[in-house]
Amino acid sequence: MTPERNNVSLSVLEEKAKFIRTETVRLSRIAGAGHYSSTFSCAELLATLYYDQMRLEPGQPDWPERDRFVMSKGHAAIGLYPVLADLGFFDPSELDTYTRLGSNYGDHPDMKKVKGIDFSSGSLGHGLSIGVGLALAARMTQRDYRTYVMLGDGELSEGQIWEAANSAGHFGLQNLVAIVDRNGLSIDGHTEDIMTVEPMEDRFGAFGWNVQRIDGHDINAVREAFARLPSGRDGRPQVIIADTVKGRGVAHMEMSLDWHVGNLVGEDYDAVMVELEAGLKPYEPESMA
Amino acid sequence: MTKDMQDESEIFRGTTTGSTRLRDARSVRGTPKAGMPAFVLGEELADLADSDPRIVVATADLASANRTNDFRDRHPVRFVNFSIAEKNMITAAAGMASTGLVPYVATFASFAAILGAEAIRTDCAYPRMKVRVIGSHSGMSMGFYGSSHHALEDLGMLRCMADLTVVCATDANHLRAILRASVDHPEAMYIRLGRGRDPEVYPSVPQITFGKAARLREGSDLTIITCGSQVRASLDAAELLAGEGISVRVVDMFTISEMDRDEIKAAAEETGAILTVEEHNITGGLGSAVTEVLIDLPRCKFRKHGVPDKYVEVGPPAALYAHYRLNADGVAEVAREFLSV
Repeated sequence: MTPERNNVSLSVLEEKAKFIRTETVRLSRIAGAGHYSSTFSCAELLATLYYDQMRLEPGQPDWPERDRFVMSKGHAAIGLYPVLADLGFFDPSELDTYTRLGSNYGDHPDMKKVKGIDFSSGSLGHGLSIGVGLALAARMTQRDYRTYVMLGDGELSEGQIWEAANSAGHFGLQNLVAIVDRNGLSIDGHTEDIMTVEPMEDRFGAFGWNVQRIDGHDINAVREAFARLPSGRDGRPQVIIADTVKGRGVAHMEMSLDWHVGNLVGEDYDAVMVELEAGLKPYEPESMA
Repeated sequence: MTKDMQDESEIFRGTTTGSTRLRDARSVRGTPKAGMPAFVLGEELADLADSDPRIVVATADLASANRTNDFRDRHPVRFVNFSIAEKNMITAAAGMASTGLVPYVATFASFAAILGAEAIRTDCAYPRMKVRVIGSHSGMSMGFYGSSHHALEDLGMLRCMADLTVVCATDANHLRAILRASVDHPEAMYIRLGRGRDPEVYPSVPQITFGKAARLREGSDLTIITCGSQVRASLDAAELLAGEGISVRVVDMFTISEMDRDEIKAAAEETGAILTVEEHNITGGLGSAVTEVLIDLPRCKFRKHGVPDKYVEVGPPAALYAHYRLNADGVAEVAREFLSV
């Protein structure tokens, strides 16, 4: 039996994106520190992938035909764990141990400890190569799963990303889908100030990839981008460059360099939860703190 | 330096596929397979892959040099050439391994181990992927190609990684044994090979167990613990010393991690003197690993012999082995000095 890709309503996906953000805030408080803003930027992407797009069997995490997901920007695992728990890969109460001594759930995901994690990550620049290997394996074993790799924009400065991009283009891995969470910031500043990553369409295009560029917070746009992905293993690898806002959903975190890692406590915690529960407001760059 | 030493030292000519036709045989740049006895790599893997669909092989633009082209010719669908992108190759192999495949990825040891170290740790060992990283032309066997192409630090760098089995192949038959035993080995592996012309030590494919050393010669005055290219040199040195009335035990400690502690203990107790011999920087490799075992044992005479902690001179391999006393005469000389102290 092959579970089909879902067709979930927009409002459900919006709720799931909200859930990813609130869980990130809750789990960060357990740890005393968390990657808020990098997770907020990819909340809609993660929600759409896991609840609407990917072919999964949570009761059978090693199902060989499942779609694969590699969180190359491993520091956003805090937003992925709650999704996996919610889908039934493990008991959500396990997340109450997040980052505590002996927990299965660390800041960066360990595939040997967390059901539903398809590959361990944390060292930036590796995930696309893992995806190349998964896509090659699908070809060698005649399987039709798809491999999704979530990349940060800052990690595009890692040389190995381009070794992987080049090989995916050369091998024609159409079953490989890279998603770039283009949130504009790396730790020390705006990406284009620290190290140029644009023009991203041209860069991936030159390596033989089919490129789409969308608003990564517009769930309909994300869904349409996924719907345009071709089926079949052989052709051009696919990249979706998702323009996002780092820290999206909490006004004082949006495009702020202060919240790559942070810790909300007390009234600040409560206020952020209230803000998130209210749902996304239109993004207003001029309101930047 | 003798003329022989220079001739014997010619290396890394195996870059043609064998189809090159030249009028003057002396112009042929390729080395016939028969001239590279230890390079049975592609052939053995192809044999294993005939009956095991999990086996896949990759290289980084060195299919001719490491003879993985023998695998490619027989199993083209399960062969990948990643070109000169070793990190991508090792990490992609980890991705393949996560689906149940067993990838063997091969390139020069300097690039496989030293350039690829983080990919080996983070993507192969830590997630316990059954990737077998094969580093050929290890040590200083690349001779005058220079330090960029030498791997004299690989054992030290990799043996401190958890969940990674580090082994050294001694000759062609030993490599066959290692490859056969590796298929179902539960951990990631680093397999270190010599330059491909390693003289025979094992006349047939030996029975091996990872973590269990092979005692190749009995002796009572001294134990030489060695691996890889230095096994033949040490056996020959033991023969020279036997003629002088010195009885030398020789142990092929081919598993560097996890090491055979019992064999080291037996050597300490039964011969009272241990000399380690390795084609590796004297810091961090086989000798250092042996000291970590000896520290827990009663006192025993001990000396490490290897390449000094400096980048080596330019020279053909055989000349370098002589210069650094890593041939039979050199090892015998070091042993005499050690025992006379």
